[in-house]
Amino acid sequence: MTDFLNMGGYAAFVWPAYGLTAAVIAGLVWQSIADYRAQTALAEKLEQLSGGRVRRAASSERDGEVQ
Amino acid sequence: MAGMSSLSAAQRFHAYANPARFMALSSRLVAPLGMLSALVIAAGLWFALVASPPDYQQGETVRIMYVHVPSAWLAMFGYSVMAVASAVALIFRHPLADVAAKSAAPIGAAFTFLALVTGSLWGRPMWGTWWEWGDARLVSMLILLFLYLGYMALWATIEEPVRAARAAAVLALVGSINLPVIRYSVDWWNTLHQPASVFRMDGPTIASSMLLPLGLMALGFTVLFVTLLLVRMRAEIMRRRVRNLRLARAASGAGA
Amino acid sequence: MSRAFLALLLRDLRLAARLGGGGGMAVFFFLVVIAIVPLGVGPDRPLLASLAPGMLWVALLLAALLTLDRLFQADYEDGSLDLLSTGPLPLELVAVAKALAHWIVTGLPLVVSAPLLGVLLNLPSAAALPLTLAMLIGTPALSFLGSVGAALTVGIRRGGLLASLLVLPFYIPVLIFGVGAAAAASGGFEGEAGRQAFLLLGAVTLASFAVGPLAAAAALRANLR
Repeated sequence: MTDFLNMGGYAAFVWPAYGLTAAVIAGLVWQSIADYRAQTALAEKLEQLSGGRVRRAASSERDGEVQ
Repeated sequence: MAGMSSLSAAQRFHAYANPARFMALSSRLVAPLGMLSALVIAAGLWFALVASPPDYQQGETVRIMYVHVPSAWLAMFGYSVMAVASAVALIFRHPLADVAAKSAAPIGAAFTFLALVTGSLWGRPMWGTWWEWGDARLVSMLILLFLYLGYMALWATIEEPVRAARAAAVLALVGSINLPVIRYSVDWWNTLHQPASVFRMDGPTIASSMLLPLGLMALGFTVLFVTLLLVRMRAEIMRRRVRNLRLARAASGAGA
Repeated sequence: MSRAFLALLLRDLRLAARLGGGGGMAVFFFLVVIAIVPLGVGPDRPLLASLAPGMLWVALLLAALLTLDRLFQADYEDGSLDLLSTGPLPLELVAVAKALAHWIVTGLPLVVSAPLLGVLLNLPSAAALPLTLAMLIGTPALSFLGSVGAALTVGIRRGGLLASLLVLPFYIPVLIFGVGAAAAASGGFEGEAGRQAFLLLGAVTLASFAVGPLAAAAALRANLR
């Protein structure tokens, strides 16, 4: 086990490479999911606040942007 | 607004039917894809760290390759996804294409960063230096990171999504034309300066015992990329819905 | 159409001549950067001579970047860009005229001043001519590629910095081949590499003529709606 952790003397390079990769991927996954949840919650809150009438207004507003 | 033609009705159909279908489809795909990538990466890690022998030249440092090469692959794959999506967005005005391009950028940038740092960690014991200008790939990766960051900065600066999408798509396409030229010029520059002894990342022929962990990691990373892309696209679609709802509230006076 | 093109080009040149600014300021910036280099790296003459072609090119790139934000911004602010976009001239040709005017107003003065500033860096006299020639061939690419960055950021407050960040990576081939051409011609490398560098530099510039205006026009259309 210590052999494995030692990585033939290159532990100081191998493990940071894997550790950083894991950290960045974990951060990316966390941030993506958190962003999705936050936006979904916001959208639901806004839709509830203003009922169905606003949805129609929102769609015509969007067409306005496309022009 | 009075002159709204059948075209804008078609646009409305286009803009809403498609994302709705995408949301339904992607919600079923995200969990299985995420699971699959976790499984494949776990298997890849087993072979990369435990069940493969050290390289006869590079010793244990070769294990860094199993995270470096897949990261570098995704760095380039991410830009290709961005460029193709941008082309589709500009030519066909497909409403999901610019969402895909925007969502691919941060993922690609993160893996470009990883490719740079793991390359540097690999280079230190091999070259004796953290950074080697003599390695054209590392230099190209750095420039690729600049292109990603510029693209994201442009998205972040233009507030209106439709306008930002067009501008960013133009930038991504110009970048994709430029990337091979930049890469070629860096290679040319390299041969001109002939560094004394350059360790080439592709130097030692890849032994067959390395192919399995490398292939598994690359596959696992790619599936992870697709999963993250779907999640980020879903978040982006929701963000636009939120924006439209807010604008609508402001327009109807409810938000004032 | 060619008359409209010429009229636009002459208008830009007249405006630049009347207002000054642009070109003169870029040359001044070029001078200041080059004067700062020896203060940073020390007065060692052989060292300065070996750095000279590269430093001159880098400083020239930065000076060219500085002036990019005026390429479309002034016309955007006073509304003449809107008029131009609905006028008889296709937006692609508007972009060509603008980039060409930008090169004449800023690129040319920078090229002319480069060998003079080379004196400050102990530039070998054998390198002065090839360097100037390389800059003459390469600088149009800076204006044409730069027009893309300027068009992408038109209408953005403080878009100049963003435009620089977007454009600088695209300038790398010009820098590499430009320095290569100058260094090779002055005997730094074998003659073959120098000829190659000139050809590649020319190719990059020609490609920028094709890509630049198309992309700049597309970016302007995105930003003008």
